[in-house]
Amino acid sequence: MIWETIRLSLLSVRRNVLRSFLTLLGIVIGVAAVIAMLTIGSGTTEKVKADISKLGSNLLVVRSGRPAGPGGPGGLDQATRPLGSKELAALIAHLSGARAISPASQKQVRVIFGTESLTSGVTGTDSAYLYARDWKLVSGRPFSDSETRSGTGVCLIGETVRQQFFGAGDPEGEIIRVNRTSCKIIGLLEPKGYTGFGQDQDNVVLMPLAAYQRRIAGNRDIDSIYVAADDRTPTNELLPRVEDILRDTRRITPDREDDFSIRDMTQIADAMASATTTMTGMLGAVAGVSLLVGGIGIMNIMLVSVTERTREIGIRLAIGAHEKHILIQFLVEATVLSLLGGIVGILIGLALAGLASLTLAIPFAPSPAVILLAVGFSALIGMVFGFFPALRGARLDPIDALRHE
Amino acid sequence: MSGSVLISFDKVWKSYGQGEARIHALAGVDLAIRRGEFVAIMGPSGSGKSTAMNIIGCLDTPTAGTYRFMGVDAGRLDRNRRAMLRNLYVGFVFQGYNLLPRTTAVENVELPLIYRGVAARERHDLAMKALAEVGLVGREHHTPAELSGGQQQRVAVARAIVTRPTLLVADEPTGNLDTARTHEIMELLTRLNTGLGLTIAMVTHEADVAGYAERTIRFLDGHVAADTINLEMA
Repeated sequence: MIWETIRLSLLSVRRNVLRSFLTLLGIVIGVAAVIAMLTIGSGTTEKVKADISKLGSNLLVVRSGRPAGPGGPGGLDQATRPLGSKELAALIAHLSGARAISPASQKQVRVIFGTESLTSGVTGTDSAYLYARDWKLVSGRPFSDSETRSGTGVCLIGETVRQQFFGAGDPEGEIIRVNRTSCKIIGLLEPKGYTGFGQDQDNVVLMPLAAYQRRIAGNRDIDSIYVAADDRTPTNELLPRVEDILRDTRRITPDREDDFSIRDMTQIADAMASATTTMTGMLGAVAGVSLLVGGIGIMNIMLVSVTERTREIGIRLAIGAHEKHILIQFLVEATVLSLLGGIVGILIGLALAGLASLTLAIPFAPSPAVILLAVGFSALIGMVFGFFPALRGARLDPIDALRHE
Repeated sequence: MSGSVLISFDKVWKSYGQGEARIHALAGVDLAIRRGEFVAIMGPSGSGKSTAMNIIGCLDTPTAGTYRFMGVDAGRLDRNRRAMLRNLYVGFVFQGYNLLPRTTAVENVELPLIYRGVAARERHDLAMKALAEVGLVGREHHTPAELSGGQQQRVAVARAIVTRPTLLVADEPTGNLDTARTHEIMELLTRLNTGLGLTIAMVTHEADVAGYAERTIRFLDGHVAADTINLEMA
């Protein structure tokens, strides 16, 4: 009986291909939008999490200048004292619970090899930097301690720099010019790709801090200090210790605020992930509204269908169909219709999300739960919006219905 | 050949509207039809014959009075119980055939069996048999659009008898057919009446169609004006 009804409803969908298609368009667009939004959204969330973890997990970043506010970009207050080797030395000497502590100063600088040139993020740091940021070398070696101390002209380059200057070739041992100085390439960094903000993390040159300070920055400042927590120490425990040591070193009296900021990358990662999740939810909800519109479309067409088939309903009732038979017939028809729309919508939504993940370079993360939900929801829409027209059909008087032209 | 009483009207009224505008389609009709009878119902339009047929077929209920079908007070049953009565005991043939469009003959004939919950295989076999009985072998998979009027009406008859009903209600079954087709259908109905003992109540305007029945009931202004035995058939 129920299979009979489903077969019947598929038949009626096929009889009116164009009308069914137009009716379904609402549901198709609604479901496609929801699926695309949620899939792209969860891909973005994953991407953001991955980006932040590429910065290094359990990482604190110390900068000079007061914090700009909760969750803010921690803008640098130029009027305040910069960080220097004194702070770095204090942290290395006194901080417990850190896996790696490393200074980093950075500047966008023109890098030249032969006739090629490229503006690249040049960072002065030490050999602990790679460890703090969980960054590996594809080939070559990190700076030695003596190179770090003496500020030798050696450097590590990112994948983008290698491609720009050497194509597929081996860069090791080549000399590149960075600003007015030159340095020898001793290693190639593992590619990290783009950040969620479109920043190329592989367009970098790392050199010993002393060399950077002397030959590029022209001062002894340190822009930021990276502190990586060890496995037993959560960053929120490490943060106050770093703060204490720095306040002490910088002789900040208890009545004054910090003149430096410490950013907890784990917290930022969580905050950003939850922000994208919220965003995804909102977009999904907006897309969900179009599902409602699709449902109204189904209701409209089912009302038309019931009116058009009044005579058929009359025949069925005369022949001995109960109200519930007619009700079920039209309910199933509405449900099958919107389920079809849902399935087509899911396919289109996934295709859109796949396309978006290719162009935006985010992971394609279809969620089975979301897909199941979309299937269930579109069936539900059919039932809910099909109910009123179906009831109207079922309540028809067989005599009137048979007389209907 | 008449058996026990199948249908009885006891002072049946059917009224529409309120107050001054109240119209009585049936005004206290008394009537009995026995099992196995073939009754023609005639009368001008507005005479109440269609209303009487709707009540006989358990499609409608009287406003006052009692309608008994197989001894059951069918006038006081709810919609679904009357639907069940129709499904089990009544077959319908209409003037306009009333087949489902774009649906094959055999599927049309299967329809009442679906609502009886008969399994698909058995349904198909019964429908094929019914189509054979009305002489439509070879046309089982044609849709109404591919059949002539006479053939469509045969499909409708097959649909009406596939459930082996007790009563066949025919509402101007030959109204849309030419003379030759009319006589074919009427011979078919007569055969069903004599062969299967099927009770037939048939509305018609045409005297020669009514002539196939053994009894003619004439309605006028909501009353039975005449109830005669057709001598040539008796």
